[in-house]
Amino acid sequence: METGTITPFTPLASLGGGVMIGLAAVMVMALFGRIAGIAGITRGTLGVILPGAGGSDGRDWRAAFLLGLLAAPVLVMVAGGRVPQTVPEAPFPMILAGLLVGVGTALGSGCTSGHGVCGLARLSRRSLAAVGTFMAVAFATVFVLRHALGAA
Amino acid sequence: MRPVFGFITGLIFGLGLIVSGMADPAKVLNFLDLFGTWDPSLAFVMGGAMTTAFIGYRLVLRRPSPLLGTEYDIPATSGIDRNLIAGSALFGLGWGIGGFCPGPALTALPLGAPGTLLFVPSMLIGLWLGARAGALSSSSRKTHA
Repeated sequence: METGTITPFTPLASLGGGVMIGLAAVMVMALFGRIAGIAGITRGTLGVILPGAGGSDGRDWRAAFLLGLLAAPVLVMVAGGRVPQTVPEAPFPMILAGLLVGVGTALGSGCTSGHGVCGLARLSRRSLAAVGTFMAVAFATVFVLRHALGAA
Repeated sequence: MRPVFGFITGLIFGLGLIVSGMADPAKVLNFLDLFGTWDPSLAFVMGGAMTTAFIGYRLVLRRPSPLLGTEYDIPATSGIDRNLIAGSALFGLGWGIGGFCPGPALTALPLGAPGTLLFVPSMLIGLWLGARAGALSSSSRKTHA
């Protein structure tokens, strides 16, 4: 959707942040022997309260990992930093988007981190097909919403 | 031990999302907007993360087992099936609408933006529904990512 925000090109910060994400993924493999896919880790943790969400083992580190993920912006702000952010506000599209991301990553066995970072690093054919599909659809979706429909 | 290191790795992941700009849906949507306000930054996030993981995995997997676990559990399936493609397409649609994928949405939750507060509960419901649907439509598939 349109956010009316022009974001600056930040190659160094984005590269540095990307290296941190990759490092965390490598640590998850070194420590726990698992793929660091956020959709999968979340689903594994959900399994504690909802039957049938999957992922029965390793809930201890998964739940702690999610807490760490949630603690990150809090830490940045406590340290006096800012987290610049513009989130689309239209209620119905955000609910729909959340449902689609949840269903899609569960059905497709992975998201940007599981297939994108970890899967491509493993040279997985399945992940390459998944990444090609979700990138193509995401580019097309933004094109249709912003240009073909001209949504404001 | 495991929860402590789980927390630390999650924290590093989350800080990486913030530093890189992935936690800002406006930046993600601008990356996806090739014909508008294009911001190529996200290509650098993916490049940095994948290169690090590519090298790191090769070093780590030389060890016989993970430090805090018994064995590596790496997806063994290699076939490209309908669930993989349909699921990824649905994910791409949602990502293109909201600008959030799962990691950034969770990291953004404490910031409390109204759109995030609607997106995250919907995503959790979707994850649960999708896991049920996936389990029904294929019984042999292992899911990890």
